[in-house]
Amino acid sequence: MSTVFVNDIEVEVGPRDNLIQAARAAGVEIPHYCWHEALSVVASCRMCLVEVGEKKPDGTIAMGPKLVPACQTPAKPGTVVKTETAKVKTGQQMTLEFLLLNHPLDCSICDQAGECYLQDYTYKFGKAQSRLNEPKVQRLDKYHIGEQIALFTDRCVMCTRCVRFTREISGTAELQVVARGSVEEIDVFPNKPCNNKLAGNVVDLCPVGALCSKDFLYKKRVWWLKSQKSVCAGCSTGCSIEVDQNEDHVYRLRPRANPLAQGHFMCDEGRFGFKYVQSTNRLSGPTSKSIATVGVAASAVTKFNGNVAGKLFQPADLAVVDHWPAAIQEAREKIKAAVDSSASSFAAVFSPMMSVEEAYLLASYLKGLNRNVKLLMGPVPVVGEDDCYPKNVNGSAPTAEKTKFTIRAEKCPNRLGVEKVLKHFQGALVPIEDAIQGAHGIQAWYFVGGYATPDDSIGWVSPSIAKATEPAKLLIVQDIFPSVLSKRADIVFAGAAFTERDGTFINHSGLAQAFRAATRPPQASRADGRILNELCLRQGLYNTEFLRKEIASKIPSLESLSVGDLGVHGVELHQLVGAHL
Amino acid sequence: MSTAETPVAQVEKKQKKKTVQWGDDPKIGFVEALYLPAIAGGIATALKHAFFKKRSTAQYPEQKPEMPPNYRGVHRLNRDEEGRVKCVACYMCQTACPANCIEIIAAPAPQDDPKWANRDKFPATFTIDELRCIYCGMCEEACPVDAIELTSIYDLTGMSRQEMIFDKEKLLSVFDETSKAGLDPVRTNRGALGPASEKSMQSTDSPPPPGRGKHG
Repeated sequence: MSTVFVNDIEVEVGPRDNLIQAARAAGVEIPHYCWHEALSVVASCRMCLVEVGEKKPDGTIAMGPKLVPACQTPAKPGTVVKTETAKVKTGQQMTLEFLLLNHPLDCSICDQAGECYLQDYTYKFGKAQSRLNEPKVQRLDKYHIGEQIALFTDRCVMCTRCVRFTREISGTAELQVVARGSVEEIDVFPNKPCNNKLAGNVVDLCPVGALCSKDFLYKKRVWWLKSQKSVCAGCSTGCSIEVDQNEDHVYRLRPRANPLAQGHFMCDEGRFGFKYVQSTNRLSGPTSKSIATVGVAASAVTKFNGNVAGKLFQPADLAVVDHWPAAIQEAREKIKAAVDSSASSFAAVFSPMMSVEEAYLLASYLKGLNRNVKLLMGPVPVVGEDDCYPKNVNGSAPTAEKTKFTIRAEKCPNRLGVEKVLKHFQGALVPIEDAIQGAHGIQAWYFVGGYATPDDSIGWVSPSIAKATEPAKLLIVQDIFPSVLSKRADIVFAGAAFTERDGTFINHSGLAQAFRAATRPPQASRADGRILNELCLRQGLYNTEFLRKEIASKIPSLESLSVGDLGVHGVELHQLVGAHL
Repeated sequence: MSTAETPVAQVEKKQKKKTVQWGDDPKIGFVEALYLPAIAGGIATALKHAFFKKRSTAQYPEQKPEMPPNYRGVHRLNRDEEGRVKCVACYMCQTACPANCIEIIAAPAPQDDPKWANRDKFPATFTIDELRCIYCGMCEEACPVDAIELTSIYDLTGMSRQEMIFDKEKLLSVFDETSKAGLDPVRTNRGALGPASEKSMQSTDSPPPPGRGKHG
């Protein structure tokens, strides 16, 4: 630790910190473009120039004659930083004027407008006029940079963050600076576009609007987006993310820096893989075989027409009828009857897409009915092998200690959390594939899905599961997409995707992170926690903080959840270390 | 005991002086109290207006009034010199609109169409709910390229609400009609175009428009 004086504020900083971090600790903002916490230092943008001096042991201060880049200057003990002197302010103004020389005034059509560091710093540190009399250099836009990336060349300020990212984090090194001086540009080698699995991050890294996401291009102005802190459900890395939505439509996911989870970035699979949430194929409401189709309410139409003489009811009138109470009531009665007749032939299948709270609600409810009810672990989707970055020159994975980012093969967010709940209630973990071997004798099923399988021809239900559940007397399915099971289920509950729910995911390393609902579930579908809360006849509303405390008091291995509010970075389950990694 | 007042007392005295002084109405004499002179004066004014002054009643709708050019009536969407919609879909008007009556859906300009070669973004749809609009003119003030303007058309009628939701084609047709009829509204910045909407881009005098030069 060393003591640094930033604008006469004394702060303690770490041995590896630079002056930007030192100033941040003192609550002072030093503007910067090229420096990024996760990347190497180049000190090329010259935006972070500050006056630096040294406090001698006798108390005198000797200031240096020149401005120095704060990003490149280590915060050694006794360093004195001044960021508000006339010299620094003039320096910042001149740097900005220089960076804006050829920058087009097209904020009105630039996607970055509203979250652009050029705009923000010009407003805070710049000056209003440019002294350039010559025409601005205009350059061709490059739509060939990558499948997901477009480069608006003349907006670039040559900070080279994107170039360093592909060299240092993804290791694929597609991007580079071509030419020199006033004609230098970012580009790729001919026919070698930047399509690596982390490529989307360069758009977030770009401090200006030069690199834009083709997926988000011109879709929404950013000032209309409302962000919610969430966790990516794409794989068991559990990247911290922001879900940006407007009017219940998710426009993009952005990584949220979390040193405990993934660092600063996220993969393209997660970033663009949320689209299934908005699929038109989603289950739209509860349905039940015994009341014909509750969701469509076809039988209710005739019932209404018969009951209310002389008044014509349109199906549109009935769309507002809430079918949930009837469906949940029916499910509760049927579960009770099935468990009472033979508890050991009732099985509930838990999906690793469930949150810890949802798994706890269902498990505690069913075990409360009868100790002999079977709790099974649903299919855990695993695709390929863990994909580690940065890749080295020949494209192979790095060694474990050099790994900076991992895309996990386990394509579900909460296997660990659901397993802990099941182990607590059942003693041993029984995967569904084991339970349906031979004569399993299970007559009644409660299935929880929630997998990202918008195309129901593929689905998550394996042929063996489909076959094993065929002779079932009772089949209840809680899912977001139609599947073989939902088509022949007695009762179907339309659940919610991860952007529409509140809960806790526990990632591969045992980090429990809270994710929060950003949008409402579509049509008459409901957040799973709310369905289960009502099914279990619990009092009050579904409240994750309250439930976490309850879970922590009941399940020793999840004791760390007792804080209730998990904060922005989440809480590590210390008991896990060594046992399950 | 000194005669000097404390500062607080001085302030209080000043405040007392400033309180409102109430006066009585002037007293009227006997002649005025009869009210006959005032009645006669009133009748004289009425007769003067009935027989000797120019009539101010307009025979609307046969006679239509001429609206001032800064009147805020129906919107129009301007075309540029090539006939394309001038709007660059920046959403400034939609952001500024206090009545939430504007809805734009932007799209990348068709890249293979040479007509759109120097434009990046354009409005795929542009709808204004004329019934929801409060005609405050914030949209034309917000517009960086003078694409949306309020015309002096004031008699906006329709048989349904749907009819009053103007789409891009309708708004462009208002431009065609008003510019043909010579009813161009005054510009928001006192007659001169903003730097971003100058017709000919002299390289020396102003920055390029948001539709940015030779890009594809």
